[in-house]
Amino acid sequence: MPTWIQLVFLACGVCFILALKGLSGPKTARNGNLLGAAAAVVACAMPFFWTDLHLQHVPLILAAIAVGTVGGVYGARTVQMTQMPQMVALFNGVGGGAAALVALLELHDIVETGGDAPWFTLAATAFTIAVGSISFAGSIVTFAKLQELMTSRPVVFAGLPVIFGGSLVAALVLAVLLVNDPGMWVGILLGLVGLLIGLLLVLPVGGADVPIVISLLNAFTGLTVAAGGYVLSNVLLLVAGTLVGASGTFLTLLMARAMGRSVANILFGALKGGSTLGAGEASDRPVRSVNPEDAAIMLAYADRVIIVPGYGLAVAQAQHSLRELVDVLDARGAQVDYAIHPVAGRMPGHMNVLLAEAQVPYEQLREMDQINGDFKDADVVLVVGANDVVNPAAKSTPGAPIYGMPILNADEARQIIFMKRSMRPGFAGIENELLFDEKTSLLFGDAKDSMGKLLNAVKAL
Amino acid sequence: MTLDTGVVWLTIFILSVFVGIEVISKVSSTLHTPLMSGANAIHGIILLGAILVTGTTDNDLALVVGLIAIVLASVNMVGGFVVTDRMLQMFTRKKPAIARKDDSTGGPA
Repeated sequence: MPTWIQLVFLACGVCFILALKGLSGPKTARNGNLLGAAAAVVACAMPFFWTDLHLQHVPLILAAIAVGTVGGVYGARTVQMTQMPQMVALFNGVGGGAAALVALLELHDIVETGGDAPWFTLAATAFTIAVGSISFAGSIVTFAKLQELMTSRPVVFAGLPVIFGGSLVAALVLAVLLVNDPGMWVGILLGLVGLLIGLLLVLPVGGADVPIVISLLNAFTGLTVAAGGYVLSNVLLLVAGTLVGASGTFLTLLMARAMGRSVANILFGALKGGSTLGAGEASDRPVRSVNPEDAAIMLAYADRVIIVPGYGLAVAQAQHSLRELVDVLDARGAQVDYAIHPVAGRMPGHMNVLLAEAQVPYEQLREMDQINGDFKDADVVLVVGANDVVNPAAKSTPGAPIYGMPILNADEARQIIFMKRSMRPGFAGIENELLFDEKTSLLFGDAKDSMGKLLNAVKAL
Repeated sequence: MTLDTGVVWLTIFILSVFVGIEVISKVSSTLHTPLMSGANAIHGIILLGAILVTGTTDNDLALVVGLIAIVLASVNMVGGFVVTDRMLQMFTRKKPAIARKDDSTGGPA
């Protein structure tokens, strides 16, 4: 490889580090992302300027890049913000799949040239094929779960732990075989077993934990790309893949901590028997329901109102009516804030994106730590499409799946209005004691519909 | 003393692990989603590897597999950066709330 191209790759590696650094701060995030994109484009252009490589099939390669680019841009620009987590999962999956295919092609080269390669190169090839396939299949299942193409509840069947363990052993055996005697069929079989492991890894994970799994699979793909870099003797792939693998693993741990869950528990909780989710059936205990007019009176005469938005709000597309309602309450002299739980929505930070889309002023969005002390002074807390993030079981019930997760102290407010479609439990599948509290009123119905009625009722007062 | 290339690779790998953790250690939870998405786009750099193996093969089947890998990797890389930018665009919008039609394509405001 010419020295100047190696130096360009070094510069691109530095840009990726700066990109990640930029992405972790609100002011620098957008430029960080653009810097990363620029570096990636420059790096991918290098093979075309590398004359000694005698790159063949250039028109076909350019056509394939064009197809992928059009597909990627179309997907990225048309996806609804509520569906963004599954889009990230899908992008991650195809990246893992690409890495596995690249490793298979490299294996093909090694086999063609007589199978002479250092054992560590073969081991890295086996790793790339296996983990790339795991990431691909796992991400497709997370996509299907979040897109609700399949149930979001854990899928567990008898013998799952045995099949899972068996396929792990099979993958190890195949990897050892590949290192000892490289052959295409071993590589392809390893890829297929990898797909099976990916499937079995994600099927038992409950819907609420899927975001953490996306982050973990993202780290997996990073490590896959790093191993692929070693196989191809390309330092940039090694550096970029390792950066993503390391930061992705760390981010996974941060997210798991924000939700009060351990990664091992998320992945293997369901496997150990005893699903990570509760029973999940609706209870028939008495609750107090109100009509929009009564709820409007409670809101209209409150001095301090806190809104707790959840994923249900965004799904119903009620965030625009909500913003209007807040504007009206604001005009009547109430102090209104939005309390944003770190994992509100389907991913950490997802709710901020969704509300920003509805043009809610950034200053009204308050993070959990800033607002939790204010709930005891709040006259009314309006919970819209959220459930688990205000469930006191996280503080009081040691056996609950969400026990230990920091929650918004909505239970300390004087009155609580829940806007809910039904008594169905939240994504974590457990009952919320707060719904039965005597301070709580339930406003049943579709969030958009109820919000519209509530808005009209408040305006009429 | 000559450098063992294997050890050089190991050194780069280990140092990258530390850098990867260090650079994002102070991220606020608000930015977890865009950060994950941006990191996701960065590993789309596998496109470079896909181009290299595809452009140096003489085997027809390998060429087809390689082209598929290129398509997948470009979706990962390009789509990843574009969707991250779309998310971040919403954070950086300075204009106050104004009623306007929902811009679901996320084009420039």
